[in-house]
Amino acid sequence: MSEVLENKDVKKIYIDARGPRFSASATTIVLASALVTHNKWVLVAQGLVFLIGATRGPQFTPYGLLFKKFVKPRLKAIAPTEDVRPPKFAQAVGFGFALVGSIGSFAGVDVVFTVATGFALAAAFLNAAFNYCLGCEMYLLLVRFTKK
Amino acid sequence: MKSYAPLLIVLALASAYGFWWERKQGAIRSNKAIPGHRLSPDVLGQPLGSRATMVQFSSAFCTPCRATHSLLSQMVIPMNDVKHIQIDAESHLELVRELDIRSTPTTLFINKDGVEVGRAAGTPKREQVLSALAAIN
Repeated sequence: MSEVLENKDVKKIYIDARGPRFSASATTIVLASALVTHNKWVLVAQGLVFLIGATRGPQFTPYGLLFKKFVKPRLKAIAPTEDVRPPKFAQAVGFGFALVGSIGSFAGVDVVFTVATGFALAAAFLNAAFNYCLGCEMYLLLVRFTKK
Repeated sequence: MKSYAPLLIVLALASAYGFWWERKQGAIRSNKAIPGHRLSPDVLGQPLGSRATMVQFSSAFCTPCRATHSLLSQMVIPMNDVKHIQIDAESHLELVRELDIRSTPTTLFINKDGVEVGRAAGTPKREQVLSALAAIN
């Protein structure tokens, strides 16, 4: 019945579920400072972090590495795990916003920078504060509209 | 030029949305059923439970789908008249559109005739599931 969910060919990678939430907190702080200072380079840097998270996986971003090296050893050893695909999807959405915002900023359209950074910040904040799952809420709507 | 206004607006709106979203997570609602729609064993690929079936729509990019799956599949083990069926939403888009499933996990509670009596978006609590199932006869 569930061809994709039970597909044995899809290599399943599970990561410490606390990592993406730590990364979301770091992302929230970085994007908030980008929004306040109106500094496009901060957004570009965060965009590169998103790109690593979306392609290689959230555990390989600078925040993911910080978590692994400094935060994880201080937490309880028994860790809740999660599939790597949901946070990877969220990183890809974040990259989309960062890309649009950066292009807007370099083209001199400030409002695009502000709105795109605002949306990326909202998503990161919801993830950090409410454990909001972007893939759960957005992915199905996206395929409903784009696929026949 | 420093400005705190956009930051405050984003945080206020996101918080309001977050609290609303958190409150509706897992709540079982009975007013979302599509009138006249019936889920048949043909569509689901397996027979329905003799009293009730929980049809869980899941997707790959969804962390709570796994938790919901393990909760519901554990719960039905001692129940001989209730079944739990998981469906991959992405490969059943036609059904997803018919039933207006918008997010994953969404679990439909259907009776023995395949008629929806309630649905929950997000992971429902054990007690909520038990009371929803108790209301089906």
